[in-house]
Amino acid sequence: MATSPQLETVESADYLNAEYGVKSWLLTTDHKRIAILYLASITFMFFIGALFALVIRLELLVPDGTLVQADTYNKMFTMHGLVMIFFFLIPSIPTVLGNFLIPLMIGAKDVAFPKLNLMSWYIFIVGAGMFIYTILTGGLDTGWTFYTPLSTSFVSSSVVIGALSIFVVGFSSILTSLNFIVTVHKLRAPGMTWGRLPLFVWASYATSVIIVLGTPLIAISMALVALERIFGIGFFDPLLGGDPLLFQHLFWFYSHPAVYVMILPGMGIISEIITCFSRKGVFGYWSMALAILAIAVFGFLVWAHHMFVAGISVYSALVFSFLSYFVAVPSAIKVFNWTATMYRGSLYLTTPMLYALAFIGLFTIGGMTGLFLASLGFDVHVTDSYFVVAHFHYIMVGGMVTAFLGGMHFYWPKISGRMYPESWGQVAAAVIFIGFNLTFFPQFILGYLGMNRRYWHYAPQFQVLNVLSTAGASILGIGYLLPLGYFAWSLRYGRRVGDNPWTAAGLEWKTPSPPPTHNFPETPVVTWEAYNYAELPKDIEILREETFAGD
Amino acid sequence: MAEKTVRISTYIWIWAVLMCLTALTAGISFVNLHRWSTVVAFVIATTKAGLVVTFFMHLWYEKEKTIWIWAVVSALWLTIMLVFTMGDYLTRGFLQVPGK
Amino acid sequence: MPEISQSAALSFREAIDRHSLHEHFADLPQQREAAKLGMWVFLATEVMFFGGMILGYIAYRNAYPAAFQAGSVHMLFVAGTLNTALLITASLFVALAVHAAREGRRKALVWCLAISMFLGVCFLGVKGYEYYQHYLDHKVPTRTFQWDGPDPRHAEMFFVLYFFLTGFHALHMIIGVSILAFIIYFAQRGRYTPEYHNPVENAALYWHFVDIVWIFLYPMLYLVGHTHV
Repeated sequence: MATSPQLETVESADYLNAEYGVKSWLLTTDHKRIAILYLASITFMFFIGALFALVIRLELLVPDGTLVQADTYNKMFTMHGLVMIFFFLIPSIPTVLGNFLIPLMIGAKDVAFPKLNLMSWYIFIVGAGMFIYTILTGGLDTGWTFYTPLSTSFVSSSVVIGALSIFVVGFSSILTSLNFIVTVHKLRAPGMTWGRLPLFVWASYATSVIIVLGTPLIAISMALVALERIFGIGFFDPLLGGDPLLFQHLFWFYSHPAVYVMILPGMGIISEIITCFSRKGVFGYWSMALAILAIAVFGFLVWAHHMFVAGISVYSALVFSFLSYFVAVPSAIKVFNWTATMYRGSLYLTTPMLYALAFIGLFTIGGMTGLFLASLGFDVHVTDSYFVVAHFHYIMVGGMVTAFLGGMHFYWPKISGRMYPESWGQVAAAVIFIGFNLTFFPQFILGYLGMNRRYWHYAPQFQVLNVLSTAGASILGIGYLLPLGYFAWSLRYGRRVGDNPWTAAGLEWKTPSPPPTHNFPETPVVTWEAYNYAELPKDIEILREETFAGD
Repeated sequence: MAEKTVRISTYIWIWAVLMCLTALTAGISFVNLHRWSTVVAFVIATTKAGLVVTFFMHLWYEKEKTIWIWAVVSALWLTIMLVFTMGDYLTRGFLQVPGK
Repeated sequence: MPEISQSAALSFREAIDRHSLHEHFADLPQQREAAKLGMWVFLATEVMFFGGMILGYIAYRNAYPAAFQAGSVHMLFVAGTLNTALLITASLFVALAVHAAREGRRKALVWCLAISMFLGVCFLGVKGYEYYQHYLDHKVPTRTFQWDGPDPRHAEMFFVLYFFLTGFHALHMIIGVSILAFIIYFAQRGRYTPEYHNPVENAALYWHFVDIVWIFLYPMLYLVGHTHV
């Protein structure tokens, strides 16, 4: 087996300083610059979503709080959900890390359709702009799920523009995914077979397939809600013989696979991090890859578990409940394999690794509680309670956001050419971990004890746990601000790094940090397997240094 | 060119078959086949669509397996959505329990 | 085309090819394969998009079979059948256009595309006529909807589906016609060669897909009520 050679670089310019000026950024077709554009956009949207969360938690400090009125509270949780899901989580890893890394990982000069890639970003901006307009013109109070006939016939908030903004941002998603699918099929370098792809590429590919097959359904759901409101036509209106459950079927056919969109890329990142900081190849490469595909496929077969108490037939509920158990299996396989990867590895507890370890624990809790919810009897008891809220936050925040942060730390040196301050990184990771658990673990208990979600007031006996949750949220908020601060700091003062500061495997680490615009001077020829840590040095370059950027 | 060129006459034949099938489905809709009407109409429409996909869209001549897979997956995913959803609608009311 | 004059040393054909090859692709065949795969992936999204409305149709027809039959009787059968024939013929000409592009026959390419586009516009014209007739007949679902027969609300649901399905379809037809217009313009200017005619092929794929949607819509909407008592 050939050892992976170091590639020589010809260009001294990198993608950041290749051209200057606003126009060179806004009209770029370089996938790396587009990734940065997305990074700025989703970070901005994240803080908008976080502001809504802040209002929610402040309102819930006391059982009968009047920080906001009930209608406003409805708007807060609705828009928190919509912003975080559609404008932060779903784009996050694919458009930032996926855009940046996929061509590098497969040995390509760019994605298959670079101009389409830029257009995807502009469509995202249009959708985000429409949503911000929605916020400013009265907001949305239907719940992020837009259930009919509430959204079509009963509320007077900005449903049409809000629904259409989701429609638009869905297109951005679809076009990015289309780009990734064609890129992975057609632009792999010679020797980069499917079996040598990093698991992040597999995960991004599967995510893209889910998006392509599912997002049109949210598009049609939003379009029908908008049309119903604009033209007064009752498609989902019971008075016209319409079925509100039809909306739920159409909505959840996308929105359930959407949650796998919101975890698979994270799982891909975790595989990259754990292998690097265990200095070992992943345990069971093919079972990991097939598990990724299985999650994508099975994820489409379980959507009505969101509708167990909505009025679907009991037989249908049984089928969906059974399948919902099934879908947990590939995820569990991945957790076992990550653990086995670490077994007898040389572990380095760097910041990315801390996030990866947190991911494994928090995702497992989130996933297991999903199994509780898949059980019909239990679900009837806790549906629409804080148990569900805790479950999905453990996966989306404890899982995906954690993975996103881990990936940002791991790839920051590659993206920016600078190292972040490691001790700050570890402190922030600890703060986030503590804050997160303090925020959301009490919510499992609250839900089990019977506290409803989406209510602005609650029974007094739930106050203590709510106070704990709000305290946790403030700690979590600080934790999220820290990386913003030290990443920005590192752009100016961070230690400059070479090609491969983490001594990691993968084609992306064979380019300079930051990479040149065209990635590789010549198309590389791949003759080594993925995760060839057996051939790489056991120790990590950047950690051999006495000091660590700025410490 | 990677693919062999299709003869023009092939296209004309397919067009003729499609026109005949259109006439057939239109004509047969005036015959009362009870519950089979829907099935017949669906089969004819699927056949027509299949001819368009296979010949006009060159799937028959496509050497790339990926394209085949995408065509099949599209149809399959639509089927999954229809079957599982109608599975709910068609099994409602079996138990004599309100709302189930 | 200014770029061609800079490459005077190359043959006209090579110059077109170099102009067409985007630098992140290794060669034209790879670019062509990528573009084609991209279009098929996009069509998958369109299948699912229309599929959502088709699901609505199936659910409501299953619930209200009599009302749907009664509604279908009000469809303009001749117009619908004519439109089906127009679209199938348009598909034929688009396929012939791709054939002409493969063989480098520019005039045939332009004529076939133009005929297709013309047939597509005719389709839209017939559709517009139908919509107008429905409007005069008070069959447009809104407060102006009138129905003399049982189950007016359920019959209105049929028309909701009719307008949504054919409306989104017509929107896709308009997009298809516009795309064809662009392709005709570039074809007329000699931009397409046997080695490079991705836009023609991909526009054709899109056009055929829109035809396929209609192939299903026609029996779903026009042929339901003929044996209705």
